[in-house]
Amino acid sequence: MSTDLTPPTARSDAERGEPKPKVKAATVWLDGCSGCHMSFLDIDERLIELAQHIDMVYSPLVDPKQFPDHVDVALVEGAVSSEEDLEKIKRIRKHTSILIAFGDCAVTANVPSMRNSFSVKDVYQRGYFETATRRAGVPDQVVPKLLPQARPIHEYVPVDVFLQGCPPPADVIYGLLTDLLAGRKPNLTEHTRFGR
Amino acid sequence: MTVPPARIRTLTIDGKDVGAREDETILDVARENGIWIPTLCQMTGLSNIGACRLCLVEVAGSTKLQPACVTRVEEGMQVTAHSDRLAEYRKMIVELLFAEGNHICSVCVTNGHCDLQWLAQRLEIDHIRFPYLYGKRSVDASHERFVLDHNRCVLCTRCVRVCDEVEGAHTWDIMGRGTNARVITDLAQPWGESTSCTSCGKCVSVCPTGALFEQGKAVTEMVKHRELLPMLLTMRGRQR
Repeated sequence: MSTDLTPPTARSDAERGEPKPKVKAATVWLDGCSGCHMSFLDIDERLIELAQHIDMVYSPLVDPKQFPDHVDVALVEGAVSSEEDLEKIKRIRKHTSILIAFGDCAVTANVPSMRNSFSVKDVYQRGYFETATRRAGVPDQVVPKLLPQARPIHEYVPVDVFLQGCPPPADVIYGLLTDLLAGRKPNLTEHTRFGR
Repeated sequence: MTVPPARIRTLTIDGKDVGAREDETILDVARENGIWIPTLCQMTGLSNIGACRLCLVEVAGSTKLQPACVTRVEEGMQVTAHSDRLAEYRKMIVELLFAEGNHICSVCVTNGHCDLQWLAQRLEIDHIRFPYLYGKRSVDASHERFVLDHNRCVLCTRCVRVCDEVEGAHTWDIMGRGTNARVITDLAQPWGESTSCTSCGKCVSVCPTGALFEQGKAVTEMVKHRELLPMLLTMRGRQR
């Protein structure tokens, strides 16, 4: 894995004294609780410092609806749980240089995987019939179909960096991003673990 | 009565010259010399069974890896406790335990106090390379004070051994084979209906994961008191 986020052109630009182009970053929310995104926001005022180096081109926190054709680094939260998640993760992998499995749901499938010992039929029965107070029935529009199981991202596409934690601590997310921006290979297990 | 002098053996572990009594294991000597070898099923005060295989070491002259907890020292033995090959096998063992059970650390009562979770971090495991099985496993909350969660059991048998060897009740045992193996109480009855269980809680305190815990504990709240076992054995005047 190459962890250097500095494009070769930027290096020559820097040599010529020209400003370094910003890194194109994305954050994605698959089957998770958004806790990892909340932890990302907990970087607090250091976000302003990061914003000088990063251009957020896709995220639940910004407006674009379509994952762009090229992204330097993508933080993907959540397990692959539905047909839409699967479609998304394939597109993300195809158009991303460094794909980060962001948090335990992405790395281990975590809480979403607790449905895996039941059939999808039973999950639908519980979610859309037994607990429905009105209009019981499985939605056939907008809500994507569930895959048989929620599974970690790396079981579908290659992942470059695994960031454990539920959620990963803000300091670790910040440390990871600054390490990548500086071209350093981060050692994350020193700072976080499953369940933290 | 005169005690015969202990015979001394000399050997090397990771190139370091060490001396040991003849009745010691490689793991004992490594610990005495500050050489860390990962273990999971092993627990000071209980019999050693070499079940988890995390303490496998290389011994010069043998192509087989030897479990350090049950391998006695020998004169001139050359032990390698740390190599790339061993590190890889140890990682695989822990990864397979994660893949086989349903260890969802974030919603575990022992999150932050778990031997398996700690081992994963110490062995620098950042993801599980093997496909998760997501097997259907049950939870037995029939006991008035304790809970057994099969999802988090790694079959180390510490509970079986402490109940048999220290408490003397032998409530716990293992039933089934392979991925179907389970710890059971009495003849696979609900724990709450066990007639042999004394509710002493020793099994709960030695369990390395959140498989055995106290009723009413929430996520991260279940702290295991593993120091109680050596203390208890010392007070009884029985050292292993």
